[in-house]
Amino acid sequence: MRLPCPWCGDRDLNEFGYGGDATLQRPADDAPMKEWVDYVFFRDNPRGSHREHWQHIQGCRAWIVVERDTLTHEITGSWPANEMVVAAPAKSEVTP
Amino acid sequence: MTHYSIFSLVKGALCGPGAWSPAWREPEPKAEYDVVIVGAGGHGLATAYYLAKEHGITNVAVLEKGYLGGGNTGRNTTIVRSNYLLDGNAHLYEWSMKLWENLSHDLNYNVMFSQRGVLNLAHSDAQMDAFRRRGNSMRLNGIDAELLDREGVRAMVPHLNFEDARFPIYGGLLQPRGGTARHDAVAWGFARAADSRGIDIIQNCEVTGIRREGNRVTGVETSRGFIGAKKIGIAVAGNSSRLAAMAGLRLPMESHLLQAFVSEALKPVIDTVVTYGAHHFYVSQSDKGSLVFGGDLDGYNSYAQRGNLPVVEDVITAGLSLFPNLSRVKLLRHWGGVMDMSMDGSPIIGKLPVEGLYLNGGWCYGGFKATPGSGWVFAHTIANDQPHPINEPLSLERFETGAVLDEKGAGPVPGHH
Repeated sequence: MRLPCPWCGDRDLNEFGYGGDATLQRPADDAPMKEWVDYVFFRDNPRGSHREHWQHIQGCRAWIVVERDTLTHEITGSWPANEMVVAAPAKSEVTP
Repeated sequence: MTHYSIFSLVKGALCGPGAWSPAWREPEPKAEYDVVIVGAGGHGLATAYYLAKEHGITNVAVLEKGYLGGGNTGRNTTIVRSNYLLDGNAHLYEWSMKLWENLSHDLNYNVMFSQRGVLNLAHSDAQMDAFRRRGNSMRLNGIDAELLDREGVRAMVPHLNFEDARFPIYGGLLQPRGGTARHDAVAWGFARAADSRGIDIIQNCEVTGIRREGNRVTGVETSRGFIGAKKIGIAVAGNSSRLAAMAGLRLPMESHLLQAFVSEALKPVIDTVVTYGAHHFYVSQSDKGSLVFGGDLDGYNSYAQRGNLPVVEDVITAGLSLFPNLSRVKLLRHWGGVMDMSMDGSPIIGKLPVEGLYLNGGWCYGGFKATPGSGWVFAHTIANDQPHPINEPLSLERFETGAVLDEKGAGPVPGHH
């Protein structure tokens, strides 16, 4: 498998480290425990399209987001991770 | 069903293949069952067998999307052990070990269980200390464990690299009752024994949906139509998340690729199971003479059942650093399986938050050795609608209560076992 680094082009799998599901949203520090349990342990784990973090450890060292099919390993997109950052949620009103 | 014995063997030898009848039926699915088990691998078939044997529940179907034992039951490296540190794991695997020890007689099917020992190698003083601790914990749980020094290891496996290894061998932790079993025979033996007690094993029947009324299951949608069920047990490790999603649930796991390898057949060279403590590599020799071995996960989410080359190179490099004398051995084949990698490295056996729905999954790389014990406690859980004391610590709720079974103490990462 080769991964398309947005900075370095197609590079061998060996050069990358895996960072897991890139769609997870870190809850606010004071979010209810349920949200933290979901964030830390639970995953959608789809069979099909999956957005995931990789780090080009043996190359430019940048973190990237790759969209890959977990059944066929077909890659349909890659972006610098900082372009995919979603704003952190505002502080929750609920007391944990 | 024919009882297998020396007499049936002689009769079969004399009368030709016509003397043998199929080991299980191929029934059409009924409209409704008391219990439907999804997945006819070792765990699903064992569950059905123990439902019939221990709980008298025989109106049971085991549904299989492909062929019987074609998933991870037929893809593992056949190692059986119970050398666990934490109580929650140790009790389950040791109960399983006790069932293994009489399994061939119980099933009237030779599962070729061979207690040749499992030897974990240590490569530093710190690792020896950790093994001493684990060995003591095992013995306190009534599990056999022996700490070997370097010479003890040399006496057992003399051709390990004791000369110039990058990670010298300091000693090892041996579980003499560990060993291997013939993986296909386990699936076939449970299938035959379950079938003979009236359980329907339905192959080529893929579950595509779980039907509910309110918060209670009523049956499964399958590629062969709707099948009603009062209770549904999921035993599809590798695909547990997909089945759970059909009931609107998420699970604390990721599906990962694990490769396994087998070499050409050799004369006897390794008469135990050896695991490498400095890298990740485990090897045993099958009765046919092939070396069966494996190592790390490929390391990314995948349902592909086929791996990539970097791990092939990595595993073989690790193996050769341990056994330099195997450098000329030819690889016969390698394959991949899909693992449920749970977030604490331990399995999940218990009730799900939908009435009548039960999960047996999250086996990481360790499902094969648990097959009889896991089926036994899962059958108890389904029959009584509550877990057996052995699998109480393995509930899904542990991720919310914080009572995770983190054997490595390494945090919520789906890469432990």
